[in-house]
Amino acid sequence: MTNTQEASPLLELAGITKVFPGVTALDNIDLSVGRGEVLGLIGENGAGKSTLMKILGGVEKPTSGVIRIDGQDRESLTVTESMRAGIAFVHQELNLFDNLDVAANVCIGREPLTFGLVSRKRQRERVAPLLDRLGADFGPDTAVEGLSIAQRQLVEIAKALSIDARIIIMDEPTSSLTLQETERLLKVIADLRAQGVSIIYISHRLAEVKACAHRLVCLRDGRVVGHLAHHEIDHAPMIRLMIGRDLKALYIPPRTEPIEGGCEIRGVVTKGFADARLNLSVRHGEILGLAGLVGAGRTSLARAIFGIDPIIAGEIRLDGMPVAVRSPRRAIRNGIFLVPEDRKRSGLILDMPLVENITLASLMAHARMMLVSRASELAVSSAQRKRLSIKAAGDKGKVVTLSGGNQQKVVLAKWLSMRPKVVIFDEPTRGVDVGAKSEIYTLMRDLADSGVAILMISSDMEEVIGVSDRIAVMHEGAISGILQRPQFSEYNVLRLAIGQELD
Amino acid sequence: MLPKKELGLLLLLVVISGITEALNPRFLSGVNLLDMANLIGLFGIFSIGEGLTIITGGIDLSVGSMFSLLGVIFIDLVANRDTGWPVALLAVLSGGLVLGAIQGFLITKVRMQPFIVTLCGLLIYRGAARYYTDDSTMGFGYGNDADTLSWLASGRSFGIPHSFIFLIAVALVLGVVLHRSVFGRYLFAVGKNEEAARYSGINTNLVIAGAYVLSGLLAGVSTIFLVFYTNSVSPSTFGNFYELYAIAAAVLGGCSLRGGEGSILGIVLGTALLQVLQNLVNILGIPSSLNFAVMGTVILLGVLADQQLQKRREAAIAVAAQRARPPGFSPAE
Repeated sequence: MTNTQEASPLLELAGITKVFPGVTALDNIDLSVGRGEVLGLIGENGAGKSTLMKILGGVEKPTSGVIRIDGQDRESLTVTESMRAGIAFVHQELNLFDNLDVAANVCIGREPLTFGLVSRKRQRERVAPLLDRLGADFGPDTAVEGLSIAQRQLVEIAKALSIDARIIIMDEPTSSLTLQETERLLKVIADLRAQGVSIIYISHRLAEVKACAHRLVCLRDGRVVGHLAHHEIDHAPMIRLMIGRDLKALYIPPRTEPIEGGCEIRGVVTKGFADARLNLSVRHGEILGLAGLVGAGRTSLARAIFGIDPIIAGEIRLDGMPVAVRSPRRAIRNGIFLVPEDRKRSGLILDMPLVENITLASLMAHARMMLVSRASELAVSSAQRKRLSIKAAGDKGKVVTLSGGNQQKVVLAKWLSMRPKVVIFDEPTRGVDVGAKSEIYTLMRDLADSGVAILMISSDMEEVIGVSDRIAVMHEGAISGILQRPQFSEYNVLRLAIGQELD
Repeated sequence: MLPKKELGLLLLLVVISGITEALNPRFLSGVNLLDMANLIGLFGIFSIGEGLTIITGGIDLSVGSMFSLLGVIFIDLVANRDTGWPVALLAVLSGGLVLGAIQGFLITKVRMQPFIVTLCGLLIYRGAARYYTDDSTMGFGYGNDADTLSWLASGRSFGIPHSFIFLIAVALVLGVVLHRSVFGRYLFAVGKNEEAARYSGINTNLVIAGAYVLSGLLAGVSTIFLVFYTNSVSPSTFGNFYELYAIAAAVLGGCSLRGGEGSILGIVLGTALLQVLQNLVNILGIPSSLNFAVMGTVILLGVLADQQLQKRREAAIAVAAQRARPPGFSPAE
């Protein structure tokens, strides 16, 4: 088979725009993939990669623009049309059924039938050659349960091939693979390419993109900001493409110098990153930004400090004293609070009134003889509502009716009504509108000025650089570097985030 | 002012009572009302315990079998072993408490599903009770000293059955606990969103286990009332299906099996409604074989009506929320 770049590309996107109410997620995207071509797609978190993939998968419809497959124009795709056109996905999180064997997973939804029953024999016969083609070291009868992540990925790819996929979109395929497994995957990609299958390879790991892509496209803020031809692909130009927008002035300087002490993380090993020891200290009165790519271990660290996951080794000290945070309860008693990433799941009880959400963590303070004083609760709730200017009809309405920003303020109100020493913010402004965003930043600064140590996890580069006093960057479970304000730049954060040294 | 759910239930109760009274004026006679009050008392006490477990998002299927096991132990202690009734009473109450605690431990610490844990309880306690007595009925002999307790459990004061008075007392106390105390707030919080409750520093395991302990304790209390109501215990049938009556009363009374919803008043009204229905079947001469069918139909219709009303309310809330949301926010990416 030949590796021909034909005149008419297999897939072409022209002027694809996707507007969500108030937000333009994709702005006039032009993109093409030729037969047997590997297209690298890079971009920061939130650059629009996922939305673009959802459009190709038929999950979202573009607002305008044309999707051209085999020279045929379409305005949008449905999931079935996308499959028929030969577009297949290998996701970051694999969608396999653990309880079935490989053959059943590959044929799921398209089982070969004999008299209305699944024919396991024909299923096996259909899947075995696909596995051979991928050089898999397991057979179609193997239970998926026992397979490694890399092997599961091969199953996903076999699934893609079984529907005669012509374009396989791989979204962060190597995020959980070891180095050797990654190399093998890259070899599989090379083989597929040689067989005429096109691949869109999305990855944060620039080295892999460099190794396998013919061509590279970078997205930023929903736009295509640059192409690199094969010979141009290198780390420096890639990073340069990914950054390069003007950051708005968000920074509110602290009124006081940070005081030594605060929260010290000493040699902490968290679940999921067994061989990375973490050392970090958040001083009283400062906002320490914690940056890193998705999956770098930031949330694991937050969960460990807040006592959700056990700390495997090391200790956490507060003002020089070791604290045992075996549960969120203990952490809260020590004045360590968490504003969680998924506020609807872990931050709020949506179906409960505002007042009950605000006092949930401090209910004992409103109780005498274990009986709750409604008056005392309502006083605190309405005071917090005014202080944070939460837009709600009153204190007794359910939180579910509030907007994202106001919901987040309710989570903050819960902690502000107590005495925080350390507050961890995990993606504090995700899904929050612009106005509420700046209010939340002001609140964070006020908190820091009152002597609270603040650790802010954020994937929003503008936020990390704009709000933090210092930035710690994580890479694969470890702190890869700490930046002081004069060193702040997207370039530096990104270099540390992908595990490279500063220039 | 009663909450909407309870008000609706009260209305339904009044309507059904009215219809029954119109068809047979004996319904509102003093004798019939007091008999019903007695039954409402008997069933209400453990239904409240059941309701608490349902509010945490769980269920307790074991109470009916607990009655049987604790019942035979009680009679054995009083009638055959000459234990004084205070000791026997204490044994039954602490027995219920311990069984509830074990179930709570398995559900929270061992992370087993409430349905499975209490289903196994249902099977184990029933089996143990039958083995303990060789499957034979146990009754009080003559001349034991449990007369005081017997009067306390099955007697009447001012003509009102003690079981009913006790139910009112339990409902008042637990009403305050559920709707006014810290523990009560935690019960709802855990039932609605266990993770958020844990992230707010609530010891969720303790709260959930607490509901099962209370359910066990109230089952112990109910055992005493039930034993003196029937005066004997046949271990294979005593308390059969009573857990289902309790679940029915709680659900009818506004507890959602998804957790986080319900009220003590609702559970008591639910129990009352079930007893009125039973009474209606008897008093109107409907074949008693249809008893369960009538009850099932009414519960089905009641829950259906409630769900439709709830949907409407939620739609209204969603519309209000949409209006309150500022433009410019989207869940993109």
